[in-house]
Amino acid sequence: MKTIQSITALFCIALVLLLAACSSTPPAAAPQQALAEQSNPSAATPAPTPTPPTGEKKEIILATTTSTQDSGLLDALLPEFEQQSGITVKVIAVGTGQAIKLGEEGNADVLLVHSRKAEDEFVSKGFGINAYDVMYNQFYIVGPAEDPAGIKGVQSAKEAMVKIAEKQSPFVSRGDDSGTDKKEKSIWAEADITPSGNWYISSGQGMGETLQMADEKRAYTLTDEATFLSRKLNLEVLVQGDKSLLNPYGIIQVKSSAKPEEGMQLIRFFTEEQGQKLIGEFGKETYGKGLFVPDAKQR
Amino acid sequence: MMTQDVWEVIWLSLQVTTVSVAIGMLVGIPTGTLLGLYSFRGKRLIVALIYTCMGLPPVLVGVVVYLLLSRYGPLGALGLLFTPEAMIIAQVILVTPILAGLTMSAVQAKERTYWETAKSLGASPMQMMITIVREARGGIWSGVAAAYGRAISEVGAVMLVGGNIEHHTRVMTTAIILETRTGNFTAGLQLGLVLLAISFLFNSFLMAGVLNQMRSRRR
Repeated sequence: MKTIQSITALFCIALVLLLAACSSTPPAAAPQQALAEQSNPSAATPAPTPTPPTGEKKEIILATTTSTQDSGLLDALLPEFEQQSGITVKVIAVGTGQAIKLGEEGNADVLLVHSRKAEDEFVSKGFGINAYDVMYNQFYIVGPAEDPAGIKGVQSAKEAMVKIAEKQSPFVSRGDDSGTDKKEKSIWAEADITPSGNWYISSGQGMGETLQMADEKRAYTLTDEATFLSRKLNLEVLVQGDKSLLNPYGIIQVKSSAKPEEGMQLIRFFTEEQGQKLIGEFGKETYGKGLFVPDAKQR
Repeated sequence: MMTQDVWEVIWLSLQVTTVSVAIGMLVGIPTGTLLGLYSFRGKRLIVALIYTCMGLPPVLVGVVVYLLLSRYGPLGALGLLFTPEAMIIAQVILVTPILAGLTMSAVQAKERTYWETAKSLGASPMQMMITIVREARGGIWSGVAAAYGRAISEVGAVMLVGGNIEHHTRVMTTAIILETRTGNFTAGLQLGLVLLAISFLFNSFLMAGVLNQMRSRRR
């Protein structure tokens, strides 16, 4: 009996709270909304903005690498584009390998990726058109401050990797066929080393997870600058500035896309003045330096 | 397709799952039996908690175990993160409530028929429990099957705490994710089929066992 009473009481209280919430919110919220619309018609409300030329909602799919998403770059650029064009961009953030596969199978409209060799192949096989350079950033070799392999200050990435392999210091590899993974493999190849053994840890995951694993295991890893700076980890940049550590991004239209016009609009946004400016500025506030260097040009 | 790497991945999946379910059984079946047989203050709350935990989101379990085992977490000194042991810990948390909950239902269904009889025959509490568990084994086995299915097909938690490290913590589900991510949809699909086949085999054995028991009881 007692329990029934207390349950009923609880129920009543919940009901009263709910009613109170319902009756008080609308009047408070409505004027705010109206005000916002009046004072700031161009604000970043994705709501049905004045004039998207055709009535229906337009969408395109952008297949991209985890680094552009994880670093927050897309969050800085896409709302601006969506508002100007009325086109909704659906982002699929995966490794470069899968992004290119998505393009080949016609499951994406535009690719924003970073593996020049795979990109050129994609275009030369006839899957892609209108390929542009967009921007670049750097790769770093990062690791624990103790630096067991003593690679700090080494001039070339190749030399650093040789030292890591000699010492058999733990090294976490993406191992997911992504642009970063391909870059890492190319450096190993350059150094004529086939990394294997317990010290070489292949995570098969994204950059963020791989960095976290390196942090946990006090291991080295190769990372793109953007993802590294956007994470707060106890890892230090040990090698940077080598030419082989540059990381250029390209944007390519998928030839079989059913929405070539919209796709091209997105490509133009990324490669023309406004997008390039946004790219250059991205991250300055938070990290004191831009994460990406804009350098758009048609290939 | 059936290279050594693939066998390694399948073998680890089976090991992790089997150990997890075995530990889960050791904890879950006695707990479920006790809950099914006795009533006490606060039992309803415990039962509600167990039912809630039967549907625990694996990713949530993964995050919690990750934070516990992280180098910067309370159990960091054990160095268990990104090991098969960490995966087993997460799996045990996921399967134990299922085993406890389904054992409880199975025991409750049998309780009335056998409890009085066993008692009147002068059985000790321990003997009574063993009798009831034996009588309720059909339901308990289906709990084991459910737990096994959940553990072997689980991906969110093992990805987080295992890390999908090649030759070390890569299991079937995380391998499927990796293959898909790298664009090898075919390989992902093949592994998925192997996973299904294993589940089917396991459940067939279980069902065969359960059916046999039912038949023998009818006789």
